[in-house]
Amino acid sequence: MAIAFPAPRADVLAKRDRVIAALKAIVPGEGVITEENERRAFETDALTSYRRIPMVVVLPEATEQVAAILALCHAEGVPVVARGAGTSLCGGSIPQEDAVVLGVAKMNRVLDVNFSDRTMRVQAGITNLAISGEVAHAGFFYAPDPSSQLACTIAGNVAMNSGGAHCLKYGVTANNILGLKLVTVEGEIVEIGGGALDAPGYDLIGLLVGSEGQLGVVTEVTVRILRQAEGARPVLFGFREIAAAGKTVADIIGAGIIPVAIEYMDREAIHICEAFAKAGYPLDVEAMLIIEVEGSDAEMDAMLARIVEIARRHDVAVVKESKSAMETAAIWKGRKSAFGATGRVADYICMDGTIPTGRLPEVLEGIDRIVKGYGLRVANVFHAGDGNLHPLVMFNVNDPAEQVKAEHAGEDILRLCVAVGGCLTGEHGVGIEKRDLMREQFTEVDLLQQTRIKTALDPKWILNPAKVFPLDAPRDETPRAAA
Amino acid sequence: MTLHTPSTAAELAAIVTEARRARTPLAVAGGSTRAGLGRPVQAAATVSTAKLSGITLYEPAELVIAAKAGTPLREVTETLAARGQRLPFEPMDHRRLLGSVGEPTVGGVAAANVSGPARINLGAARDSMIGLKFVNGLGEDVKSGGRVMKNVTGLDLVKALAGSHGTLAVFHEVCFKVLPVAEAERTLVIEGLDVAKAVAALSAALGSPFEPTGAAHVPAKGADAARTLIRIEGFAASLAYRTDALSKLLAPYGAVSVIDGEAGLTLWADIRDAAIFSDTEEAVWRISVPPSAAPALAERLAPLAPRLMLDWGGGLVWAGIAIGSDAGAKAVHAAAKAAGGHATLIRAPEVVRGSVDVFAPLATPAMALQKRIKASFDPDGILNPGRMYRGM
Repeated sequence: MAIAFPAPRADVLAKRDRVIAALKAIVPGEGVITEENERRAFETDALTSYRRIPMVVVLPEATEQVAAILALCHAEGVPVVARGAGTSLCGGSIPQEDAVVLGVAKMNRVLDVNFSDRTMRVQAGITNLAISGEVAHAGFFYAPDPSSQLACTIAGNVAMNSGGAHCLKYGVTANNILGLKLVTVEGEIVEIGGGALDAPGYDLIGLLVGSEGQLGVVTEVTVRILRQAEGARPVLFGFREIAAAGKTVADIIGAGIIPVAIEYMDREAIHICEAFAKAGYPLDVEAMLIIEVEGSDAEMDAMLARIVEIARRHDVAVVKESKSAMETAAIWKGRKSAFGATGRVADYICMDGTIPTGRLPEVLEGIDRIVKGYGLRVANVFHAGDGNLHPLVMFNVNDPAEQVKAEHAGEDILRLCVAVGGCLTGEHGVGIEKRDLMREQFTEVDLLQQTRIKTALDPKWILNPAKVFPLDAPRDETPRAAA
Repeated sequence: MTLHTPSTAAELAAIVTEARRARTPLAVAGGSTRAGLGRPVQAAATVSTAKLSGITLYEPAELVIAAKAGTPLREVTETLAARGQRLPFEPMDHRRLLGSVGEPTVGGVAAANVSGPARINLGAARDSMIGLKFVNGLGEDVKSGGRVMKNVTGLDLVKALAGSHGTLAVFHEVCFKVLPVAEAERTLVIEGLDVAKAVAALSAALGSPFEPTGAAHVPAKGADAARTLIRIEGFAASLAYRTDALSKLLAPYGAVSVIDGEAGLTLWADIRDAAIFSDTEEAVWRISVPPSAAPALAERLAPLAPRLMLDWGGGLVWAGIAIGSDAGAKAVHAAAKAAGGHATLIRAPEVVRGSVDVFAPLATPAMALQKRIKASFDPDGILNPGRMYRGM
């Protein structure tokens, strides 16, 4: 296997019985999982080719329990891997044999809904879709919509700063969170922010969102909720030339139009998703855009007329507007099931680089060249408006040599993203998957500044170990307190 | 007083390195238009970004612009405007409120996380900041983020540094995502509401599908009644439709009139800059609360006889209060906290800012976290010591 795990520490494993007894005293009943066949359910996430059975799993039901668990593990020096629903595509919640998995899934209640302030306070284990579901009756929703939203938790969304197809207009998780209840590694409970649009002091919410479980465990979240648009309509645009799709995107944005979503799929992705979702995607084109606009019917008509006119300038071959709620649902089902549908055809790894959108045509050619060079296939689905790419590199998991090739192809693709001015990950996170590529994007000093913060908030480095930072990343000693 | 004006990132790093070696703190300056914001800094030398200037990247079709930290903000906004684009967060110009001169800079806007009325819909400065290059208190030249708008690679130091007021690092380059300027904007006005009714009206508008980018309440002055203001933006046809729909929605609160064109631009620039306090002497507080708590906050502040202006649908309360010995600091912080928010003293004489809590006092565990962050960027307390909190 390409990605290394640190060897389990014998001194930690030796404490197993004592740690389990202490955890049972904190979380009574069935909240402590010790049997191997039950622990196995927590051995991996959506990066399924890597797995490690954790030492023990604990499922607390209250913030105070989380605090006691962390205080215990901090005192004992036992690694803790926080876990939401385990849908991470980058191995962000894969445990190790000497770790306690701290799952927040039982903490899934809505604590407060405030329509006049347009905020909602929830426990961290609630699913993304359940948040919107709670307020849909009043016409509100929570904006970030990762493809896994049916299963993934707000805890995981906060950890990974999750995005989704509609963040071109509504932003990512970091732009939609107002408050966090944080438990520090020492077991201290800290309220940060709340119902106001900003919080005093340094922006800890901004730092914690996307910190991948490295800095503490979040047990409650205050999110912004927004009023739904009067209507939403996706339109399919099929192009015979890939470059024409790219130019259409650039010209739409250049014309001052920001649709809610601009999604790109290549021929391979179109065929795979159409076979699964029967969404009516055009099959005889090289590239397809799903462009969604919102507003009243008249507003959508007006905006779409402008968009269609721009697409026609670039010889769009197919324009297909959704005529009903069912068609809209089918169009999005096809796109949002891209990962699952690809999984029916082959095993795949899903990359997540972001590039400057102007470099799209050359990067697409580069991806094609890289993947063919390894003798593999790729399906490309992108958030084209913001340059966030999801090439799905397909391989056969039962062929170890092919898996290695796929991982190398993925790494080469991410190097290309960085080389053209982009980054390794736009919304999935670094996890274990991209950990060893961090030096492609960051200098030693860049990494050192990040690890200093890690050390400041987790002095023993027990939180979600062996993720985000290369195993040999530079570290300082514990920084002194400010003068 | 020594003034350092590095013209490269390497020179900047060398200056901070030397200051750290000598354990001589540095005050950090951009255009100094916000020098009067925060606690007074005791430092024998100042490092200015004035000579770190110029736009380094602008890709209109990618909605991204980057500039060196000392670049005048005006250069950025004019460059964007020439291509029909803007900074989404509508940064406040503090010169009118603080009576300062000079040019606000890109770095200053980022360091103070300066945002305006559009924050309610389009985010704060920190939401538009996608990349940052900076020198930390150890004299190291560090980058975080980049030039693409979706990036979760590593810890988000950009947001940690936005609003850190020069106490963690000296920025030398900032990258923003930008937006097109709307084709048109329009302001809906209801006159004569009190604070409670105004917040209710603004809340109704902000909870509608019509996406206001401004939601403010300006108090009565002389013969002019109080005005509750809602700004919408978009294509002309869309504005006509949304005006009708919002007028119906807001009918229970009063008759709606409309302001268009230049008058609307002036009106929102005045709100953005808290201009109602520009010709007075009182201390000015900026209080951030959940909008529905604004009326109760106003009641708690009443004994201080404040003049109040509301932005962000009631979530941002500007309060002008007699300076006295402490600008009402204890009472204002207590009222803000009771309302579920926090207060910052934006304008007061230096002697007052040196003796009261300018930024909201934090509970012990939260303050401990702040200190850990400070120590991880500037362990020896070299940069802008005491600017935000005493001893930090």
